[in-house]
Amino acid sequence: MPLATTFASSRGAPIYSYVRFDPEATEFMRTARRIASRFAQMVFVLWAVATILFLVFRLMPGNPLVAYIDPTFTEEQQQELLQRFGLDRPLHEQYVIYLGNLLRGDLGDSFFYRDSVTSLLWDVFPNTLALTMVALIIAYVIGVLLGALLAWLRTSRFEGIAIPLVLLSRAAPEFWLGMILLAIFSFQLGWFPAGGAFTAGSEAAVGPGRFFSLDFLRHLFLPALTLAIYLHGLPLLLMRSNMLETLKEDFVTMARMKGLSTWSVLVRHAARNALLPVLTAFALGIGYSIGGNVVVETVFSWPGIGRLLVRAVSASDYPLAQGAFLMIAAVMVFMNFVADLLYNVLDPRVNQDA
Amino acid sequence: MPEQTVRIRPSRRQAFLRSLRELGRVLISDRYAFTGALVYVAFIVVAALAGVLAPHDPTEILFTPDGMLAGDLPPSAEHPLGTTSLGRDIYSQLLYGTRSALLVGLVAAFFVVAIGTLVGLVAGYMGGIVDTILMRITDIAFGIPFLPFVIVLSAFLEPSIWNVVLAMSLILWRDTGRVIRSQVLTVKHRAFIEAARVSGSSTARILFVHIAPNVLPISLLYGSIAVGWAILTEASISFLGFGATDQISWGYMLQDAYLSQALSRGAWHWFVPPGLAIVVIVVAGFFISRGYEDILFPKLKD
Repeated sequence: MPLATTFASSRGAPIYSYVRFDPEATEFMRTARRIASRFAQMVFVLWAVATILFLVFRLMPGNPLVAYIDPTFTEEQQQELLQRFGLDRPLHEQYVIYLGNLLRGDLGDSFFYRDSVTSLLWDVFPNTLALTMVALIIAYVIGVLLGALLAWLRTSRFEGIAIPLVLLSRAAPEFWLGMILLAIFSFQLGWFPAGGAFTAGSEAAVGPGRFFSLDFLRHLFLPALTLAIYLHGLPLLLMRSNMLETLKEDFVTMARMKGLSTWSVLVRHAARNALLPVLTAFALGIGYSIGGNVVVETVFSWPGIGRLLVRAVSASDYPLAQGAFLMIAAVMVFMNFVADLLYNVLDPRVNQDA
Repeated sequence: MPEQTVRIRPSRRQAFLRSLRELGRVLISDRYAFTGALVYVAFIVVAALAGVLAPHDPTEILFTPDGMLAGDLPPSAEHPLGTTSLGRDIYSQLLYGTRSALLVGLVAAFFVVAIGTLVGLVAGYMGGIVDTILMRITDIAFGIPFLPFVIVLSAFLEPSIWNVVLAMSLILWRDTGRVIRSQVLTVKHRAFIEAARVSGSSTARILFVHIAPNVLPISLLYGSIAVGWAILTEASISFLGFGATDQISWGYMLQDAYLSQALSRGAWHWFVPPGLAIVVIVVAGFFISRGYEDILFPKLKD
């Protein structure tokens, strides 16, 4: 079970207390303060990440407009462009403008698409979200069930085969797994399309109903399967070790002594208590997957935010690359925050002052 | 004072020897760890002897005897895994790929663990404002999506396998840092640390001689997992086209196969072996880490 420790650290994400001990405060006040301070931390991290990104993009060698400027432009035209993007101003002024624009949700215009970055991002974000959520839900349902089963069948031979298999699924590069699935199910058997989210020119590709069309689901199947195979190991191992822990606890022994059926002990007593860390991992998983989907989206030409980032970087489209990165980071930081709340608020046993 | 020096020197050496002996004991006694270590030895041998074992230069464009480009050849005695569309020997590329994988994996893992351990030791032991600052920096590191960060970084730097090492060193120490810090917090109030402090040992000495040996097994655990992470990351980055162009890696081979339509042509001999090599070496790292986990968390075993 080598991975459990790695995962344990992500589950137990930041639990640092900023809350001073105050005997007068009620439990509710304390919880409210805890949430407020954790929220402040989230805002701080978002600001820091945005600042780091600003510095990376401004201080790195090379003029960010190189890709935009046509060599035939005159000196005046080039100056005008620099002015338009505010690149002729001193760095600190650029920084203030940058932060102001961010707060208003203005991420500038893409060099390549000549369109607002914000609208480009919102166009593809639903695709990434759909892929991530479908894959995560499949992975967590299967992972939790298998993990509980493995904990129950702990001493059997089954475990000797299952655990190494889970490790294999974690060790295989996602894009390679995707390539194998593509080669088998798309090119050999022809069951699924080889890429994209919709058949080109299909009528189903417009409107909110498009995510429930058969065409979309057929395109979604292979990338979601690839991600699910990769992601299911974490909930499986977490669930298994939590179940092993819980099964040893007094209240489970108590339930057994009361003569409750195995099923009842397992599901109603043990599993409920083992699920909490898995829930936290799920919240974290949304954040991490949206950034980690980059390779899977590329293999399956999935029109999502990760593929947009890769294309933007390849084409030196800095505003778009910056915007895509910020959006991925914002989702991740927010989900870290949600995971912490789940972990701290749902489980009264978690001690803030640890 | 000379007395003290005499006492402390052997203790440092002992602590170091103790950790080394423990490392060796884990590798031999645990079945999984032993297998993992064997796999690593095998890969290291292949990497060292790649020049001798490989029948061709991995970047050489080959021609058939009648002067035609030897592209897309199926496996044969001459080319055990066939050739790429550009007429390069796949088997030779696979062997040479071991070099970049091990290089990136081991160097990156070293930096990740060294930085993480240092941050955790200092934050945990010093406490106060130092701890607060270091932990806020750790929070920021947790707020940066790793793969997108490597991609953005690669856009500004010359393509090289060291970009992955740099990005990992900048970001991935975060997990090790947090875990080591909490471990230090449990150790720092023990009697032998108090004793060292009272007897006038310097902060650096307490940190590295008295506390560090206690957290070393955890560092090694994270290290053996980080090697796999680094290899997977390098492969992903090369696959996305942001990797080194002057060095053959498994990720580069897979990108080449993908872009050359090897999937639709069913050229399994091209795109299966590099992925399998990655799987084997990463699993070997997991196996080694398993040995440490049994020592660190014996309750998981029963």
